[in-house]
Amino acid sequence: MTPEEELQSNVSVASSSPTSNCISRSTGGGLKEHNYLGLSDCSSVGSSTLSGLAEDDKATISLKATELTLGLPGSQSPPRDTELNLLSPAKLDEKPFFPLLPTKDEICSSSQKNIASGNKRGFSDTMDQFSEAKSSVYTEKNWMFPEAAAATQSVVKKEVPQNIPKGQSSTTNNSSSPPAAKAQIVGWPPVRSYRKNTLATACKNSDEVDGRPGSGALFVKVSMDGAPYLRKVDLRSYTNYGELSSALEKMFTTFTLGQCGGATGKDMLSETKLKDLLNGKEYVLTYEDKDGDWMLVGDVPWGMFIDVCKKLKIMKGSDAIGLAAAPRAMEKTKMRA
Amino acid sequence: MNYFPDEVTEQVFDFVTSHKDRNAISLVCKSWYKIERYSRQRVFIGNCYAINPERLLRRFPCLKSLTLKGKPHFADFNLVPHEWGGFLQPWIEALARSHVGLEELRLKRMVVTDESLELLSRSFSNFKSLVLVSCEGFTTDGLASIAANCRHLRDLDLQENEIDDHRGQWLSCFPDTCTSLVTLNFACLEGETNLVALERLVARSPKLKSLKLNRAVPLDALARLVACAPQIVELGVGSYENDRESEQYLKLEAAIKKCTSLRSLSGFLEAAPHSLSAFHPICHNLTSLNLSYAAEIHSSHLIKLIQHCNKLQRLWILDSIGDKGLEVVASTCKELQELRVFPSDLVGGGNTAVTEDGLVAISAGCPKLHSILYFCQQMTNAALITVAKNCPNFIRFRLCILEPNKPDHVTSRPLDEGFGAIVRACKRLRRLSLSGLLTDQVFHYIGKYAHELEMLSIAFAGDTDKGMLYVLDGCKKMRKLEIRDSPFGDAALLADVSKYETMRSLWMSSCEVTLGGCKRIAQIAPWLNVEIINENDNNRMEQNGHEGRQEVDKLYLYRTVVGTRTDAPPFVWIL
Repeated sequence: MTPEEELQSNVSVASSSPTSNCISRSTGGGLKEHNYLGLSDCSSVGSSTLSGLAEDDKATISLKATELTLGLPGSQSPPRDTELNLLSPAKLDEKPFFPLLPTKDEICSSSQKNIASGNKRGFSDTMDQFSEAKSSVYTEKNWMFPEAAAATQSVVKKEVPQNIPKGQSSTTNNSSSPPAAKAQIVGWPPVRSYRKNTLATACKNSDEVDGRPGSGALFVKVSMDGAPYLRKVDLRSYTNYGELSSALEKMFTTFTLGQCGGATGKDMLSETKLKDLLNGKEYVLTYEDKDGDWMLVGDVPWGMFIDVCKKLKIMKGSDAIGLAAAPRAMEKTKMRA
Repeated sequence: MNYFPDEVTEQVFDFVTSHKDRNAISLVCKSWYKIERYSRQRVFIGNCYAINPERLLRRFPCLKSLTLKGKPHFADFNLVPHEWGGFLQPWIEALARSHVGLEELRLKRMVVTDESLELLSRSFSNFKSLVLVSCEGFTTDGLASIAANCRHLRDLDLQENEIDDHRGQWLSCFPDTCTSLVTLNFACLEGETNLVALERLVARSPKLKSLKLNRAVPLDALARLVACAPQIVELGVGSYENDRESEQYLKLEAAIKKCTSLRSLSGFLEAAPHSLSAFHPICHNLTSLNLSYAAEIHSSHLIKLIQHCNKLQRLWILDSIGDKGLEVVASTCKELQELRVFPSDLVGGGNTAVTEDGLVAISAGCPKLHSILYFCQQMTNAALITVAKNCPNFIRFRLCILEPNKPDHVTSRPLDEGFGAIVRACKRLRRLSLSGLLTDQVFHYIGKYAHELEMLSIAFAGDTDKGMLYVLDGCKKMRKLEIRDSPFGDAALLADVSKYETMRSLWMSSCEVTLGGCKRIAQIAPWLNVEIINENDNNRMEQNGHEGRQEVDKLYLYRTVVGTRTDAPPFVWIL
């Protein structure tokens, strides 16, 4: 039996077991978090994530984890099945599979994770992507509230089959099934797309409000004067201006800013340096903020920048001279505070 | 009645406003038919393809208000491709050509274009009211035409539409002479709003009763808007991130206190957790509260607000309120008539926020409850039986257990008995949505007891064709039947084709009906449009000879007096 088949057969066992129902009941109200950041996080966590599993499944998991699919980042088959829920409570304190954020161990260790399943997103529409992000943020929030503390005792949910057969249960009789099972059924739950989109947007924005780096991506368009098409970058995949500019430099070869900030690894570019750039080089990087104003990149701290940046544009230096740099930017941030 | 002159009869008919009643009147005799049609001002068309605009206008030349519905209900859940149909344009063109004095247009699930809106705004000099629900296909440019050209505009109500926001200046297109606005709802717009234009518009609209803002209207603007519209009855709050001690917040609090007519609160699309406290002073007046988009507000804040809302009749909320929150609702909101509890965690795997206990608590505490939409993770037969006993007055009962096919979580039995109890007790039930593990038995109950049922939504339920047959046979008043992912096939579909003449429409997707069966219906019943939506396999379907075995992905059939429609896209096959 190939690992995949083994996985599937575990699934069918799980589906038919009524006792699993009772077990899952106890997990009602449990914290469910799942990793949105992509398969790479999964594989990087490596062996520590396999500790809670039966021997058989370990090989399956590592195979699955490294498998290349067209799936949505963060959607992967959970390698567990019902039987695992019967494992001793001692397992509960072990490090969960996929930490919400790679470095936030303290958050992760007190909770177990729910793992999305299904690598294909053939049925899901785009917004499910945001729904997943939303759910991870939402559950993270609940972690902060007292009543959620009890939930840390809960057990991770079971795996879910990838294909939902017509008229049959998509999961075992679990009160809180892994997200992607539902994401795979078109039009279920029966909630208007408008509502799904709005709640997803609310989630994204709440990331910004709290000032925490959200687990979702933050894609902004990047345009360049003279380039034939736009690109998109995920601002959350960088931690400072240097990283952003070197990435953009790779995308758009005649790019100026990276030469300045990247080498020193500075977080904030000074006003004078920018002026030098404007005078000396061809292009500068600008961004459109929430108010629709175009500003020079580099004036405000990185964290604040990703909060307000809606679009990026690589402008000719001569066009950018009209943009007031540091004074205006800082003034705006003061107003916003 | 023949002794009365027509004018008198007409005056009598004026008191009859319901569509059903007027339709009934028109069937009494020729004379009444004639009087009725000339005096009918409000026309409701539940399926825009059941009739065409020319025939509509021939019959009702004096029409002033038109309600049109386009796509089938399951289009709300992405089951119908966007290009399926439901275009407004031919209707507007025909209405414009006929010079009818259109004053009000209400649309649901239609495709509306900027061109249509422009034509609408220019063709009817007395146009007053535009209500768009779940529509798509237009941008803020279309809104700009409405604003600019409709001199007597009273209502502009945009509910949950997909509008392309060009961030233009549509609000500033309202001329300075426009002072007639009563309703302004643009909550669904995503883009920036011209706050100056908005404030000036509100300031010069003394009749404004309903104002629903989008997320781009921040707190300080809200405070100013509320201050210049203290007569407001319905308020939709946009963005609400505030600091409790800030001057803006205090200004808002002061302004809200003056809104003694405020009865309905909604919005909070971007809301910080402490948002609601400014509204506590007016809570005791509220009859309608929609916090179903306020994802960031924790249940404790929701509960604090609701504790003051003892006159609430309508509540839309997220399941984050929890069972405990629902118990507070049950003990506070004794006037509650309609409750909707939406899922906050749409991808699942999240908090088991509400369960059957919340539903039971509500049913026990709110004697006037007649409509409910409840999303939850689990349910039991016992709970449903209790709910049925507590609330025999349900008109609409929609239960959505998030996991398909989930049985009673205590007994692991199907939920047939629970839903059976509901239909048995609720003699006035008109709308029902089922979920959870269900066998043919539940349909047996529905067919036997749900005499008034008009709309039934079925998903992942039933075992055999008998299920569907029970319903078609027993529910004499059935109008809309929509079924997905259930094992009903040709035998059920074809058992009584004449039944479909009494219904508005039938939707079946991912069931077991075959192409052969569909073709058969189309043959027997030329007064039905039988549409097959097959996004992938259309070509293959035609060529394959084994029609009897070829399952149809999506079937939508509806009665019509105007035959096959001509605007269907290639993936829709009309038999």
